[in-house]
Amino acid sequence: MAVRWKHLVVALILGAALCTAAAAKTLRVSLHSDLKIVDPVWTTALITVNHGYMIYDTLFALDEKLAVKPQMVDRYDISADKLTWTFMLREGLAWHDGAPVTAEDCVASLKRWGARDAMGQKLMSYVAELAASDAQTIRMTLKEPYGLVLQTLAKPGASVPFMMPQRVAETDPQKQITDYTGSGPFIFKVDEWRAGEKAVYLKNPKYKPRGEPASGLAGGKIAKVDRVEWIWIADSQTQVNALINNEVDLLEAPPHDLLPLLAEDKNIELFVFNPSGRQNALRFNVLHKPFDNPKIRLAVAYALNQKDLLDAVIGNARWYVECKSLFPCGSPLQSTRGWDDKFTSDFAKARALLQEAGYDGTPVVLMQSTDIASLSNLAPVTKSLMEKAGFKVDLQAMDWQTLVTRRTKKDPPRAGGWSAFLTSWASVDILDPVAASFLNASCEKATFGWPCDTEMEKLRDAFSKETDPAKQKALAEAVQLRLLDYPTHLPLGQYVQPQAFRKNVSGLLAGPSLALWNIEVK
Amino acid sequence: MLGYILRRLLATLPVMLIVAVFVFLMLRLTPGDPAAVIAGDNANSEQVAAIRNSLGLDQPIFTQFFIWFGNILRGDFGESYFFKKTVAELITSRLEPTLALSLATIVIAVAVAVPLGVLAAYRQGTLIDKIVMGFSVLGFSVPVFVIGYSLIYLFAIKLNWLPVQGYQRIGDGFGGFLQRLILPSVTLSVIYIALIARMTRTSVLDVMGEDYIRTARAKGQVEVKVLFKHALKNAAVPIVTVIGLGVALLIGGVVVTESVFTIPGLGRLTVDAVLARDYPTIQAVILLFSFVYVLINLLVDLAYTLFDPRIRY
Repeated sequence: MAVRWKHLVVALILGAALCTAAAAKTLRVSLHSDLKIVDPVWTTALITVNHGYMIYDTLFALDEKLAVKPQMVDRYDISADKLTWTFMLREGLAWHDGAPVTAEDCVASLKRWGARDAMGQKLMSYVAELAASDAQTIRMTLKEPYGLVLQTLAKPGASVPFMMPQRVAETDPQKQITDYTGSGPFIFKVDEWRAGEKAVYLKNPKYKPRGEPASGLAGGKIAKVDRVEWIWIADSQTQVNALINNEVDLLEAPPHDLLPLLAEDKNIELFVFNPSGRQNALRFNVLHKPFDNPKIRLAVAYALNQKDLLDAVIGNARWYVECKSLFPCGSPLQSTRGWDDKFTSDFAKARALLQEAGYDGTPVVLMQSTDIASLSNLAPVTKSLMEKAGFKVDLQAMDWQTLVTRRTKKDPPRAGGWSAFLTSWASVDILDPVAASFLNASCEKATFGWPCDTEMEKLRDAFSKETDPAKQKALAEAVQLRLLDYPTHLPLGQYVQPQAFRKNVSGLLAGPSLALWNIEVK
Repeated sequence: MLGYILRRLLATLPVMLIVAVFVFLMLRLTPGDPAAVIAGDNANSEQVAAIRNSLGLDQPIFTQFFIWFGNILRGDFGESYFFKKTVAELITSRLEPTLALSLATIVIAVAVAVPLGVLAAYRQGTLIDKIVMGFSVLGFSVPVFVIGYSLIYLFAIKLNWLPVQGYQRIGDGFGGFLQRLILPSVTLSVIYIALIARMTRTSVLDVMGEDYIRTARAKGQVEVKVLFKHALKNAAVPIVTVIGLGVALLIGGVVVTESVFTIPGLGRLTVDAVLARDYPTIQAVILLFSFVYVLINLLVDLAYTLFDPRIRY
């Protein structure tokens, strides 16, 4: 009888072990937004970029040090005249439906993306011919040398040049795709996608990762869980409660004021996956008084200081850095040249500049978004500092969606227009003078604010054609100095967004965008 | 009776027309542009304009209205700008969580509030009456989200009895469905309990001095029977009215409760749609809520005949 009992116990233990081994590993994450639009070329929404990295792959990618590395590309050649670029795809790449990834697919993908994305459009304006030489080889012929080919193909911010099958990539760029076949490490489970509730991804068993270790968005993308669930929790307090109660494994963007609550829990860790973080910025509308005068715009740089602004929205100095550089601190083009005496709340200097510029007391219509925690306190602090320097400021509160609509209006501030607003963007979106859209000073073609400066445009153009990194750095510094003569916007400090995860999760990758491969759940 | 119901249903048509015009104009006059939201923060003006054109938002406002209203008359509420589903599909998929939450809330509220109100009336002026009325004042005063967070803290985080958030469809298992419904429905029922208990107390007090109550007692009926058979039945008309009118409160409460507890219902859909300026969805949801409200008023009126035979239609 005793022997039978022993057999039973052993059988139960073995059974339990087998069940555990066979149990699918699921990673439950709560991201910053709900996934509603799933075409990463059609929208620039960040959540759709995150979705893109789950199911698509890219020709090149940035590693954790923001260096460009080949991803789907095995090797590439550049002709001596720097006009012909040849990209050879890795062997064995396949779409989720099993079909091989071909150069034709990639050419079609690049063309669709290049029709919509600003940096893609810039690259395409230099392209004379983009074609597939054979099934594995893409050939790009340029009209003249362009210094940002690889940076453009590896860009991690919206819109990312994700590769799609040719049949999908031939969709009109103005229409959304309806076929979500990719070649990335996860497969989108369309039948389980409930917008407003959750999105589900399954491990792609056919994915062929690179041999190098994973680093940022580059290297071997190995999916170590069978299933990833994006659970949409709109309320940030509920997100935190759900993590504490083990209902989710990872929070992408817990608000900074709730971080102490998470830090107290012994089952939870904080991790900053994107050390370059985000940069706050003040954008000027140069069409109308008072900011039609560059000197008045420069006076704002003297009136403000980054510490007060960062304290108002982030609070804990552990999560922010004062950065008197146009390009992100920690990035290759970081420089403080010419900017050391700015952002010091030197009100005397600001007043002197206002007097010199003949400021007549025209009120600055400053738009304040009230529904985004990381932005809402920036405007009142800005108003207070500007008023101390002698500005008249009309602070107008509104929700972010109203602000993004109003910022497109060119009307005078009194007639429903605006003078300035505050925003933030991912540092990886502003790594150089071409990528940073606020530096576009091409008048009517520039983004809202409509700066108009031929000198700035010459510098940006020269940067885009330059292929020598040292000369690129010098040109970036020239852009930074030019901004003092013609301010298009002001950088107002950098902060990082920590992620919170339960300690049964490991393998999170640092990098320019959220990567959910390489993560294990115990 | 049938003629009355038909007349009342016909009378909803002009009401719905006014609601439709009002909602449409309100949305178009509210600042914000769905095209800018769809395009994302990094989009340029050309991309936003292209999306606006594809959605028909660049057409004159009257053209937009007549296209939308014409489609509604054909039963087509349009397609959500964001979810890429027809609004009808979207609402259908979000109906179950909201219906479940609303019904559970009403059941809890009536089951708790009516006996409490009767008890408070029966024990008028005693400590019990003061406690019930004190709770009633508190229930009105404390915001729904504060009640929600407090219950989450106690029952989910500290005691670990119930989940913090989420919803399980009834088809995926009744146990899980019930487990995830308890906290939100209790949260939402607090304000409703406060309202109904107060009205029940007042109505029962009004009838307690009537001759038929004295007669029932004189016949030797037990107090429970006197209270629930004679007093409550005669006090029911204002109580039913309050339950019906309270649906408006419920709609507002559903929006907050679904956000706090991450329930993918119509309340959450309304918030998402408003934040994103998803016009077709907002318009359809508000029309639906209005229609439900009108319908409940009709049902309340019909219910009067059950409690008071003198009322005839």
